[in-house]
Amino acid sequence: MKTENNFNPPEQVLNATDRPRIVVGTATCGRASGAMKVLKTIGDELKRHDIDADVTEVGCIGLCFAEPLVDIIKPGKPRITYGELTPQKISSLIEDYLINDNPRPDLALGTIGEGSIEGIPRLFEIPVLRSQVRITLRHCGHIDPEKINDYISVGGYKGLEKVLTEMTPQQVIDEVRTSGLRGRGGAGFPTATKWQFCYNAPGNQKYIICNADEGDPGAFMDRSMIEGDPHAVIEGIAIAAYAIGASEGYIYIRAEYPLAVKRVLFAIKEAEAKGFLDENILGSDFSFHLHVKEGAGAFVCGEETALMASIEGKRGMPRPRPPFPAQSGLWGKPTNINNVKTLATVPIIIDRGGKWYSQFGTEKSRGTSIFALTGKITYMGLVEVPLGITLHDIIHDIGGGVPNGKKLKAVQTGGPSGGCLPANMANLPVDYEELARAGSIMGSGGMVVMDEDTCMVDVARFFISFTRSESCGKCVPCRLGTKQMLDILENICSGKGKPGDLELLEDLAQSIKVSSLCGLGQTAPNPVLTTLRYFREEYEEHLKYHHCRAVVCKELVTYSIIGEKCPGCGLCVRECPVGAITFIGKKKPVILDETKCTRCGACYSICRLGAVEIK
Amino acid sequence: MLKLIINGRQVTAKNGMTVLQAAQEAGIYIPTLCADPDLEPHGGCRLCIVEVEGMRDMPTACTTTVSDGMVVNTETEAVNKARRTVIDLLISDHPMDCLTCVKNQRCELQEVAAYLGITERHLPMTITERPVDDSNPFFTLDHNYCILCQRCTRTCDEVTVVNAVEIINRGYDSKVSTFGDKPLMESICKSCGECVVRCPVAALVPKNNIIPTSEVETTCPYCGVGCMMHLGIRDDKIISVKGSRNSQANNGRLCVKGRYGIADFVHHPQRLTEPLIRKNNVLQEANWDEALDIVTEKLSGYSCDQIAVIASAKCTNEENYIVQKFARTVLGTNNIDHCARL
Amino acid sequence: MLTVAHLEGSVQSNFKKQLDSILLNFKQDRGNLIPILQQVQHELGYLPGEAMQAIADFLHLSSSTVYSVSTFYTQFKLVPSGRNVVRVCRGTACHVRGSASLLRDIERRLGIKPGETTADREHSLETVACIGACALAPVMIINDDVYGRMTTTDAGKALGNYRANKETEMKP
Ligand SMILES: Cc1cc2nc3c(=O)[nH]c(=O)nc-3n(C[C@H](O)[C@H](O)[C@H](O)COP(=O)(O)O)c2cc1C
Ligand code: SF4
Ligand code: SF4
Ligand code: FES
Repeated sequence: MKTENNFNPPEQVLNATDRPRIVVGTATCGRASGAMKVLKTIGDELKRHDIDADVTEVGCIGLCFAEPLVDIIKPGKPRITYGELTPQKISSLIEDYLINDNPRPDLALGTIGEGSIEGIPRLFEIPVLRSQVRITLRHCGHIDPEKINDYISVGGYKGLEKVLTEMTPQQVIDEVRTSGLRGRGGAGFPTATKWQFCYNAPGNQKYIICNADEGDPGAFMDRSMIEGDPHAVIEGIAIAAYAIGASEGYIYIRAEYPLAVKRVLFAIKEAEAKGFLDENILGSDFSFHLHVKEGAGAFVCGEETALMASIEGKRGMPRPRPPFPAQSGLWGKPTNINNVKTLATVPIIIDRGGKWYSQFGTEKSRGTSIFALTGKITYMGLVEVPLGITLHDIIHDIGGGVPNGKKLKAVQTGGPSGGCLPANMANLPVDYEELARAGSIMGSGGMVVMDEDTCMVDVARFFISFTRSESCGKCVPCRLGTKQMLDILENICSGKGKPGDLELLEDLAQSIKVSSLCGLGQTAPNPVLTTLRYFREEYEEHLKYHHCRAVVCKELVTYSIIGEKCPGCGLCVRECPVGAITFIGKKKPVILDETKCTRCGACYSICRLGAVEIK
Repeated sequence: MLKLIINGRQVTAKNGMTVLQAAQEAGIYIPTLCADPDLEPHGGCRLCIVEVEGMRDMPTACTTTVSDGMVVNTETEAVNKARRTVIDLLISDHPMDCLTCVKNQRCELQEVAAYLGITERHLPMTITERPVDDSNPFFTLDHNYCILCQRCTRTCDEVTVVNAVEIINRGYDSKVSTFGDKPLMESICKSCGECVVRCPVAALVPKNNIIPTSEVETTCPYCGVGCMMHLGIRDDKIISVKGSRNSQANNGRLCVKGRYGIADFVHHPQRLTEPLIRKNNVLQEANWDEALDIVTEKLSGYSCDQIAVIASAKCTNEENYIVQKFARTVLGTNNIDHCARL
Repeated sequence: MLTVAHLEGSVQSNFKKQLDSILLNFKQDRGNLIPILQQVQHELGYLPGEAMQAIADFLHLSSSTVYSVSTFYTQFKLVPSGRNVVRVCRGTACHVRGSASLLRDIERRLGIKPGETTADREHSLETVACIGACALAPVMIINDDVYGRMTTTDAGKALGNYRANKETEMKP
């Protein structure tokens, strides 16, 4: 039901400048790739050449594989995005393009906006971006997250103004209902239904909470959203607060995201100064105060009731529902909790109408969803796609497939609560129902691609080890069940598995699913159950033949030296911490003593000639 | 009054009751380990899960409130299968020395395991040697037996409001402990033993474990609150004390003195049972007539203002009233005080 | 294992002032417990026993309650860390791209396990569930510097740059 291919309004606004503008992506992934060094070089070079230009910092456009990214806009020219920059590359680029007018197509990824430049494709037509529909992420990478005027200039806070001046809370809820928006935090509960519960709940004091705990260890959608476009999140929260009748709100954000915390705090200050928050917003009689609470490192605090306990200053232990937060939530008051992406999508739904939004996606899963595409994939990054797109399209068309000529083995969605789907299910449409039917969940948007070098038993062990250490310990099935499952999986991975282990594992997994108190325990078995369902033969190989086909399980592999490839350089001899490798002479291959080898992999990583073999 | 159906039986319940309470009132057993009538519902042990028509998951009876027309099944195969897994998990992390355990036959874990027909261990043992806190003179905290039902920590929070014991760490590493993971005696624990009473297993047990043959109900002599208690008797001696719910003053609760201080002082060889009169500088046993005569004689040697009366906190309010009445009308003095003020 | 660390005499009086000035910014409200613990840890690097006791008094909570909250959240450190904190990301994306062997290698080089500090107090090793830089997996963080696309060899080099005393050799 796709009608519009790409939705990208802010470009005109930012392209119109009378002097060169340089835009640098300085979100967390950009910084980790050296964006701050590039930024500094830009400043130095502009000064050195005495060029008058604007330098803007923006969030992440999602092309993480090409970080650090810089856009250059010369007056009258389309905006050009450059990738994989280094201080050296940027200084020559400034000289070549800004002074000598050579746009350096060799460094460019694409152009944005009117006009074209020879040798450079249009950015939104390169494969990574072509099939994306960027609605929620539309501003990320384009506007300066620390300038509220940037956000306003692209239509920001228009939605809030509209609801305050033209709409009743019930009309807001109805508009969201029309859009078909479902929660992007994992379970996919219809957002309007949830708001309606809270709106209907009796009580003068109500709360709205934005869940930015993003606990899935392989996902960064919410971080990017907040780093790149904090005002969209704030506007969405304010609209939701108006709809349910909340006067206080909290953003509960992971402490591991210092930049996002900084940016959202700054954005709240700016919004307060402009009258979009606090008393009598935009002159109406609606008042709303927004606070930020930093998490303290507990995955379970993403669960609604644990999150509220944490805000109340307690251990983040969930409690049984009912009562639901809409009835009795934070400090016993009706409370509504939504994910960052859910709320960030609200302003445009209000602005463009629920009907407009509902044209994207499928019958039951409307709209677009954001995924963090990572793992063994060529183009890692953040993608926004209409729901119903197939896994294949995401992995191959957008992600560029599995690199290094390896074969796709599995796709993991939903993080520790989700499952691993095999390559032969790549034609599965990505929506809430289809993924659940396959044993996984949509989750909040982590999508980790695995190739033949990934051991599926090890992946199950990895996730259970995560849930074991993140279990709050309140209920028996999760506290002791994850421990039992981990013990069994560790045995299988180290060749100590026993016959009957797989049946025991399956049995335990089923019971833990039905009897755990909260979503953490109820979904923790999913990675085990899906790998057992789709990759049982790998389990059996580990169990019966002590064989790990992906050579990942340390105890089941052997290291050896390939004589023909080893010139006897001896690098590995020094590297081996246990003295398992001996040097017997120049030009003679070294000898590896398997009985001493602890399989630490030190020799493998130091040897550049591929002479160390792992089997 | 609401009507609901539990296991095909029509049951009535009061508004606001939990399914567990409604079932218990109707005499229907639902296994539990973390529920306690004095504590807020917790929902941690998961044994009380039931099936309720129209609800997707299996809710816990202890946390679900009844509604009119509710249809509850407490004994379906799915429910019992999940319960058996819970017990399997608990006993794989618990010592298997029931016969020599102090809680043998009084252990709630044993009771539930028997109810579910569990006769063997299905899962590998996960338990490792854990520490025992022996510091408190009255009871022991043995982490090996703890099933983390949190009845103790919730008691210390909700009943005694001391919060000396709390759960520390998280998940499998959780543990009942105190500030700094210190022994109980180095903490703010008041040794009231309310947690010990509620521990379903042998994790918190009194050091004195003899079982009485009969019980006598009485009022605690230690102070004027008037807590009632059941004294456990064996061989004509008090060997244990249990709070009684028959008095609103304590509703089953006791403090450290009442719970752990009675048997000792009642049977102490140095306890005064007869009045003593000092004759020739030596205290000698006398009878009450002799003793009271001496008191009368000595008191009449002083003027009213020279006399002061100090009453005891061990007396009841009524007794203290009599003391002041005696002082004011018989002795004619207003010099009255009370030891609790000193 | 040390469960609560105490301040040394010399820092104690200074600490009192520092703590009071932190508490000044907060209302005596249980909801502030975690923000206060975060602020104290931010300034002192860890949560000394004295601080937890003082916070308990300030919020009218028992010291056990404060301890129980502090030990629930992985962010809180009850003992001081080494001069350099090395964190290896153990998120899914990093795991799939080899963070397990990266971690093993760093353990070997530093001679400590996650959660431990070297005897010379130079390095502490920690794991982190995910820092959201998955596209750069595997990721290692030393103090506040993020290192992406790490190999064991690169990690060794990076670690070397954080040693005050470059003479004392680290394992290769
Ligand atoms: C263990 C656990 C962790 C969760 N973590 C998150 C999270 O990090 N972010 C999030 O938005 N929702 C998380 N959720 C889901 C939330 O509980 C909740 O359903 C969601 O925030 C609701 O928002 P939505 O309706 O917009 O999806 C988690 C749930 C569980 C059980
Ligand atoms: S399922 Fe796990 S995380 Fe959830 S309440 Fe139970 S122990 Fe805690
Ligand atoms: S000590 Fe007893 S009451 Fe306390 S948590 Fe353990 S088993 Fe429950
Ligand atoms: S008694 Fe209901 S969960 Fe324990």
